Amino acid sequence: MRVQLSIDKVRGPFVARVEEISGQDLLACNQCGKCSAGCPVVAAMDLLPNQVIRMAQLGMEDVLECNTIWICASCLTCVTRCPKGVDLPRLMEALRQIALRRGVAKLDLAALPPELLKEVPQLAIVGGFRKYMR
Amino acid sequence: MNYRALVIGAGIGGMQAALDIADSGYEVFLVEKDPSIGGHMAQLSETFPTLDCSQCILTPRTVEVGQHPNIRLLTLSEVVAVESGARPESEGTLTPALSQGERGGHFRVRILRHPRYVVEEKCTACGDCAKVCPVVVPNEFDRGLAARRAIYIPHPQAVPAVYRLDPNACLGLFPLACGKCGEACERQAIDYDMAPETVEVDVDAIVVATGYELYQEEAVMAYAYMDHPDVMDGLEFERLLSASGPTGGKLVRPSDGKVPKEVVFIQCAGSRNPEHGLPYCSKICCMYTAKHAILYKHRVHDGQVYVFYIDIRAGGKGYEEFVTRAMEEDDTVYIRGRVSKVFPRDGKVVVWGVDTLTERKVEIAADMVVVAAAIVPSARSRRLAEVLGIGVDEFGFYTASDAEMTPVESGVPGVFLAGAGLGPQDIPETVAQASGAAAKVLVFFEAEKAKRRKDTDRQD
Amino acid sequence: MGIPYYPGCTLSTKAKNYDRSGRAVAAALGGDGRFELEELAEWQCCGATFPLMLDDSMALIAPTRILYQAQQAGERVATLCAICFNVLRRSQALLKRDPEMLERINWFTEQEYRGDVTVVHFLEVLRDDVGWEALAERVVRPLTGMRVAPYYGCLLLRPYEEIGLDDPEDPVILHDLVRALGAEPVDFPYNIECCGSYLTVKDPQVSETLSKDVVASAREHGAQVIITACPLCQFNLDYPQRETEAGRTGNEIPVLYFTQLMAVALGLPEETWGFEDHYVDPGQTLRVSENP
Repeated sequence: MRVQLSIDKVRGPFVARVEEISGQDLLACNQCGKCSAGCPVVAAMDLLPNQVIRMAQLGMEDVLECNTIWICASCLTCVTRCPKGVDLPRLMEALRQIALRRGVAKLDLAALPPELLKEVPQLAIVGGFRKYMR
Repeated sequence: MNYRALVIGAGIGGMQAALDIADSGYEVFLVEKDPSIGGHMAQLSETFPTLDCSQCILTPRTVEVGQHPNIRLLTLSEVVAVESGARPESEGTLTPALSQGERGGHFRVRILRHPRYVVEEKCTACGDCAKVCPVVVPNEFDRGLAARRAIYIPHPQAVPAVYRLDPNACLGLFPLACGKCGEACERQAIDYDMAPETVEVDVDAIVVATGYELYQEEAVMAYAYMDHPDVMDGLEFERLLSASGPTGGKLVRPSDGKVPKEVVFIQCAGSRNPEHGLPYCSKICCMYTAKHAILYKHRVHDGQVYVFYIDIRAGGKGYEEFVTRAMEEDDTVYIRGRVSKVFPRDGKVVVWGVDTLTERKVEIAADMVVVAAAIVPSARSRRLAEVLGIGVDEFGFYTASDAEMTPVESGVPGVFLAGAGLGPQDIPETVAQASGAAAKVLVFFEAEKAKRRKDTDRQD
Repeated sequence: MGIPYYPGCTLSTKAKNYDRSGRAVAAALGGDGRFELEELAEWQCCGATFPLMLDDSMALIAPTRILYQAQQAGERVATLCAICFNVLRRSQALLKRDPEMLERINWFTEQEYRGDVTVVHFLEVLRDDVGWEALAERVVRPLTGMRVAPYYGCLLLRPYEEIGLDDPEDPVILHDLVRALGAEPVDFPYNIECCGSYLTVKDPQVSETLSKDVVASAREHGAQVIITACPLCQFNLDYPQRETEAGRTGNEIPVLYFTQLMAVALGLPEETWGFEDHYVDPGQTLRVSENP
């Protein structure tokens, strides 16, 4: 199965939306991999951070199905080091937002151990709701 | 010593070397196999990384070469033999114009001058002859994208500004089959009886600047390159871009004249391929491909460019920023991966490749495909090297006596090298090497003069 | 007249010990109460994340309101919680560079925030207003020989262009604080690596892996105590070290807020230390060192 590339895909509505929400020029990323090298949660990700931005660059919408964008902890290490100044956290947020606005919901408090929920600082719950739910 | 120099090849490298030597007050014979000078640079639309109009920066040099009192320009000529060894006055088959007082150099060079069939001094390049010529053939200067007549001038800014009758295209010279051009020429500049002639010149130094060609081996170009009109190499694309080119700078598909909206560039076609092509990197393709992407986007605002690459080699001054510009300002999508196949389908050219960064196979229905063919030395470099007694490598590129420390010296005293004949290079490097080789010629001359002065002093 | 102070929701509830120790320390710095933390008269939750999408102005309303509330109190506002600090600092930077956004939010909230409040973290007050030397002079119980690992986490430092508190790759502010208190700062490679943040409520096992790596690294480099400036970091590093049915390994390291360490070193009464809320009791380490 080959992915069809055309201007409607690589500069199409999905790419435009991602660039609009993130404010980033996706093509500024030259795939050097510095972000993936420093990301603390890479071990739990199915796609590397640079692969996520690569798929976004090519307009591959199925990037929304990866777990990477939901494992991202917004620790901002990647953007601190990116040689091109690409704000990957903003890109991750844009992809999450597109998914959330389409009805995806990623937080399931009921699945958490009750003791954890009782003890965890509420800013984690507030933040969790804002990041992983709509 | 007569302190004359010979420069072989009148591309930008050869011209630069000739001008430097001539400006120093020495006489130079500049030999060029083509009917006009300027080499491939004359075919370019713009040059990287400045995007200067190539003809605009080249033409002042070509004109200067054509008019320089110290440069004797011999076009449609090639060096066929060289004898070396200091020699006093002696006989030889010299034409009268070259015979007087020009004996006594270290190299006696035999130059074969192919007949132009047009008398240089009489032709005014008015073009009346071409208007009546019945023969139409592809124009080499436009890489086959446009036509010319059997009698033609390669391009309007050609130096010398003189027409040439191509004996292979002409309907017949012996006996004369047509003769229309001769009749049309008011200045009677056409001479069907011109014959090849051999001249001998004595010089003390030679600069070899024979330049490059693009690799044409079909076996490697498995990208349907030779077959399809919308698949082309970089020089053809330059002719499409060029404002003085066959389409006046309008970027259209050769097949149907439509403007291409999706254009694919394939880098490393034939290069970096020890198995099926040439092992080396052709150095300039990453840069000129980025240039092509930028120039294309300037003309086709709603078009899209894809570049299939392995690495991006952009090491020169301002080069990295230039490639970045193609990516960021002109939205060029660089795809890290090779192309496996190119084939026509429904009026498009389908490109099958891979994007290794996402691990996906991709397909692009392109309107045009431009292939960055490998840089190879000029076809007769090996023979010339043999004639001059200088080294060539297995690919036909000349070898310097020491790649690091004497990059423009051949190892044969008095014979120097410059430009893409040594290996793939860009224009700034070529010009620098040409000036370097010219400087070496002057060192050679001055050292000899200093030695003679010393000997004379000692005699006193 | 002290510094307007924004505690944030967590410091008022789950992390009261951070707030309590912070206020006590601020009051003990002298300067005629110039450094005292004076809670804003009115405030609400900051939202706990700085909005990264450009097409959502709603998310900025809460931080802007806080800045307005701070404006009513003075020229600057200080925080202790690193997450609140990050949200407010970045929001202020955004409103500064996007006057149109400021106008839009003021229109919606019907409050006139002028856009001039300076957001500071209490660590900046210590470094720039009090000074490490002046602080050291106030130390009553120097923590001599105590090996303290400063853990900076993420949001106290990044993104550097907008936060600008310290070098994001090689920060020193907590190191300098530790030295001023007489203790020995421990360098360890995980000092700026993420603790897991909100993943704690979504993928707790991922978050736990990250925080355990941080603690293990600090331990490997000889730390007796870890200090932090963020209630979520404190929780994430402390909670996995809690007593479970499996028992304890004996390798636990207490995780303190820097203000708690200061409270001890400044000789403040024990009720200001807030040691009761920890999973790993800091009392073991701190009291032992306290009585040489």
